[in-house]
Amino acid sequence: MSKQHPAAGLMDWPILKGAARDAFIKLDPRRLAKNPVIFVTEVVSVVVTGFFIRDALGHTGAAGFTGQIAAWLWFTVLFANFAEAVAEGRGKAQADALRRTRTETLAKRLIDPLGKSDMKHVIQGVSAIDLKIGDVVLVEAGDIIPCDGDIVEGVASVNESAITGESAPVIRESGGDRSAVTGGTTVLSDWIKVRVTAEPGSTFIDRMIALVEGAQRQKTPNELALSILLSGLTIIFLIVCVTLWPLAAYSGATLSVSVLIALLVCLIPTTIGGLLSAIGIAGMDRLIRFNVIATSGRAVEAAGDVDTLLLDKTGTITFGNRMADEFIPVGDVVERELAEAVSLASLGDETPEGRSIVALAQMRYDIRAPALQAAGGVVGSANAAMTVVPFSAQTRISGLDIDGRALRKGAVDAVIARIGGAGAKIPYDFRGAVERISRSGGTPLAVAENDRLLGVVYLKDIVKPGIKERFAALRAMGIKTVMVTGDNPITAAAIAGEAGVDDFIAQATPEDKLAYIRKEQQGGRLIAMCGDGSNDAPALAQADVGVAMQTGTQAAREAGNMVDLDSDPTKLIEIVAIGKQLLMTRGALTTFSIANDVAKYFAIIPALFVAAYPELDAMNVMRLASSQSAILSAVIFNALIIVALIPLALRGVRYRPVGAAALLQRNLFIYGVGGLMAPFVGIKLIDLAVRALHLA
Amino acid sequence: MSIVGVIQIAVTLLLVFATAAPLGGYVFRVMEGERTLLSAIGRPVERAFYRLAGVEEGREQSWVAYAMSMLAFGVAGFLSLYVLQRLQNVLPLNPQGFDGVAPDLAFNTSLSFITNTNWQNYSGETTMSHLTQMLGLTVHNFLSAATGLATAFALIRAFSRAESKTLGNFWVDMTRATLYLLLPMAAPVSLALVALGVPQTLQGALDASTLEGAKQIISIGPVASQEAIKQLGTNGGGFFNANSAHPFENPSAWSNILEIWALLVIPFATVFAFGRAVLDQRQGRAIAIAMSIVLAAGVFAAYWAEAAGNPLLTEIGVDPAPGNMEGKEMRFGVAMTALFAAATTGTSTGAVNAMHDSFTPIGGLVPLFNMLLGCISPGGVGAGLYGSLILVVIAVFVAGLMVGRTPEYLGKKIEAREMKLAMLAILVYPLTVLGFSAASLMLKTGLDSLGNAGPHGLSEIIYAFASTTANNGSAFAGLNGNTQWFNATLGVAMFLGRFAYVVPVLALAGSFAGKKKISASSGTFPTHGLLFVGLLLGVIVVLYLLQYFPALALGPVVEHFLMQAGKTF
Repeated sequence: MSKQHPAAGLMDWPILKGAARDAFIKLDPRRLAKNPVIFVTEVVSVVVTGFFIRDALGHTGAAGFTGQIAAWLWFTVLFANFAEAVAEGRGKAQADALRRTRTETLAKRLIDPLGKSDMKHVIQGVSAIDLKIGDVVLVEAGDIIPCDGDIVEGVASVNESAITGESAPVIRESGGDRSAVTGGTTVLSDWIKVRVTAEPGSTFIDRMIALVEGAQRQKTPNELALSILLSGLTIIFLIVCVTLWPLAAYSGATLSVSVLIALLVCLIPTTIGGLLSAIGIAGMDRLIRFNVIATSGRAVEAAGDVDTLLLDKTGTITFGNRMADEFIPVGDVVERELAEAVSLASLGDETPEGRSIVALAQMRYDIRAPALQAAGGVVGSANAAMTVVPFSAQTRISGLDIDGRALRKGAVDAVIARIGGAGAKIPYDFRGAVERISRSGGTPLAVAENDRLLGVVYLKDIVKPGIKERFAALRAMGIKTVMVTGDNPITAAAIAGEAGVDDFIAQATPEDKLAYIRKEQQGGRLIAMCGDGSNDAPALAQADVGVAMQTGTQAAREAGNMVDLDSDPTKLIEIVAIGKQLLMTRGALTTFSIANDVAKYFAIIPALFVAAYPELDAMNVMRLASSQSAILSAVIFNALIIVALIPLALRGVRYRPVGAAALLQRNLFIYGVGGLMAPFVGIKLIDLAVRALHLA
Repeated sequence: MSIVGVIQIAVTLLLVFATAAPLGGYVFRVMEGERTLLSAIGRPVERAFYRLAGVEEGREQSWVAYAMSMLAFGVAGFLSLYVLQRLQNVLPLNPQGFDGVAPDLAFNTSLSFITNTNWQNYSGETTMSHLTQMLGLTVHNFLSAATGLATAFALIRAFSRAESKTLGNFWVDMTRATLYLLLPMAAPVSLALVALGVPQTLQGALDASTLEGAKQIISIGPVASQEAIKQLGTNGGGFFNANSAHPFENPSAWSNILEIWALLVIPFATVFAFGRAVLDQRQGRAIAIAMSIVLAAGVFAAYWAEAAGNPLLTEIGVDPAPGNMEGKEMRFGVAMTALFAAATTGTSTGAVNAMHDSFTPIGGLVPLFNMLLGCISPGGVGAGLYGSLILVVIAVFVAGLMVGRTPEYLGKKIEAREMKLAMLAILVYPLTVLGFSAASLMLKTGLDSLGNAGPHGLSEIIYAFASTTANNGSAFAGLNGNTQWFNATLGVAMFLGRFAYVVPVLALAGSFAGKKKISASSGTFPTHGLLFVGLLLGVIVVLYLLQYFPALALGPVVEHFLMQAGKTF
């Protein structure tokens, strides 16, 4: 599981304090105009406030009631602003931390980077702000890298904790997949020459700050569509309320404008309207806490829609190193003998494979290193009795000479060649064992002592524990997983079967990946993948959700629409869940908001017309105390529900990896039926309180 | 309510469902230009029409061209129908020597028939010549229904195709709908009606002497032919003012069953055709089930309310046993009147076999609410399907998010543009119904037309605008609609209810057609199961309840409570 930064508590006092202040600043109608529902609420709040002033000056006796309505309408607007401000506040804290890294740096610009003249080594001190794309700067130990760029020369260890939070330095060097550097990070040792690839002000950190702060936040496509629905509903309810006036007049009821406005505000979807932007900001924030930066909200939404995940085998599905899984003795050799021999042969082998052999021997047969040491001194020493034979690409064999025993392990054909080639004595069950291992996707490693074959070690790609269950969960969500590997098809098929992926691409080249993505997209599916190398860039760009690793190249980071600061490819799964959670939260609160309206009608309509038609009291199913308290209670409920739902909006509706039908049924019940019922209870309780406090 | 009544209702509905599914297959084949039984006879005629009109059969239209063709056709229909009515006094086939129709009434009636509304501010038998009835009204009964079906298929194709710029050809769709579906169905239904006693003649009125020796003028004419398409095309404009309550339009319980079947079968068939077109019958079936539930709920609410009778009448000595029989025909009874009322308003037919004005408040609420829903249970020919699909789009959008994907229906993503167009269509109703009702209530000329005071008067006005906007045309008798104010506003309501609705629908079709089809997985929002049916019904009820709750509370609902309290106006 990926690491997750602790969430800022929902009750984080400084954030709440700042948000309370921002809630008032956000009353500026120019800001509110972006949110039609809340904007309408503000406009009518002003109108009702006007009526309150008129009533207060005229001593009509209605001022107390009008005043309370006005106050709660303002609270509705403020609560909506507050919700947005809280969500933003959580991001701002992170932005401030990032901004501290963006101090004024002095860059050492090379005057003649191409070295055409004798000015080759001359550097010029310029402010980082004045750098242009294409400039080459020299960065030496202790310097802050002034700008995003690619290393053109040199190698250095770089502290990137400013952006990743990881304090261990990383190696950056020219060429290859580790050539990108980020402005604001610090070179710890050596020097590099960096070609500037981003204008100051649009560097990676700048973009991160903007994203985290929500400064450049634009409505995402789905948010836009939802806003249209909400605006449409607002217009419908405006029509309903405006036309209610003549309908009431015909029915012999005179309605005050304040009361009609109270009805309007109760009906228009203020709940979701007030929480909509908070939900979006909180979604981005959740990603950031997973140390993933999305370059747009659009990408987060797309993550929720992903149908196919392209996962690299190494590091994501398997641990990345083959490990010994079984010792298969051949001929008259017993297993323990083989284990002992190969364990000795691996003593000088510091590769993960070698270490896994020693570990397996120890685990299975309790063959321990101390016992081996007693046999002949320290490994790798000049002890004549014991000589390590290191692995070489020519021989493809490694081993140990000890007490005249030449213990060797290596590729099957290489070992056979060593013990005598075609004329060697090969036990009858050797070929069978080798074949069995190959067929099941493993790598056989032959073991020999002098010219006698002892057996085979089964080296296996170990699938990460729990990954199969996660893929099963993804399948239940309707997401197909595809394993990408450089292995041959037989090995790939075996691992794919073991990990439980739906499909695999064996011996994959970057072109294969790209072609596979195109094919899937042609079939109407959305693809997510992650990658780090420059050769991944086309596929990252083609994928609907491309997650670039922070350790990757600049090209990869530019091509993807998300950057994973931890460079952990398994995060793709969490990213999808976060995208889904974002969309679900929106849908749930919209459904809840609309379903709420039914109860509000049952509160307000009898209250408005019971004077004209006393029989309508039959519709007062909540038995609210009086007309005024009914209207007031509905308005109060409408305002308070926004505050009550802020935690849900920020935390998000819990996502369960089950099929869409089950998910729908559950959410429809909670937010649809619940939304229908909740206000009946809520309004009744508020009414009791209003009566107890003699507010109406 | 009685067992017999319930059985009558159930049997009639079963008859509809049993025939609608196979007819749906036929509708699909006809509209997609596949060979059918009638191709041998129809094909040469069809080709001749295309040659005559200069239509290239294979040339499809974009949504804009499709909408423009439809609008042009509507304008031409309006003008010709208007001129025909105004000049009927100088044109042939006017045995009773009727005058030309007054300008405001001719305006209203023309709009009424080209929009498939068939709202009638006149008595057919004393206003319209035979020529007007046959060449004008009956012809538009066919054409307005065909227009609805054409629009529905434009939208169906939007879902069955992927990345397509075109939606079909309006002229071809119109020709096929009329030639292979409406005409061939109207002929046998007409004959069946004649067999059941409906007149079909070009004679004028009959003069008869009653037993008491009084003179009586009995209007007859080409009734059966108009009756058949009136029902099949969900038109509803009767030959007689009393419509299907008139014994010459609907003489017996059997003709009543036939008429109910005729008005429900094509709308349901269109839904099944949709399922076929999108290669998933379950999709059509889910919508059909939702429509049936709305229909059945309405039927039984009305049946229950009418069977319970009117306590005010019981009090003054009327036998409550047969239920509330005021304004109903003895030969149909309460059950089949309730079914007819729910079916005629659940479709955009608007024919009546009883006076809805005389229903109990809850009984009258059913047809009113059906029309406020926009007639979607199962709706007018074609109109029912596209109306329902708009609601499906909204339901899927709201609830679809709850499965954690951006909403999609049949593999088509619902995005900002689609939402905008769907909301534009939805807005037509409250704007027209509530807007014009409110305006009428504020004007003396509006209030003067009311037949009743109090909540019933309010219901009359809202009913009139709901009926015209939904292109239904049924009247809550009692309101005098033949005034300049109502002729004009009801006419505009009909126009907006049809064209202001259909243009966004076609734009929506154009937008969906151009989209990629996303393949479905277990993560896809399911739109075929009972869960979806429940969701769709929930969205429909809540969305519309929220729009009309105050109006309904002040109309039929309060009237119901007043009736129980024994108050009248």
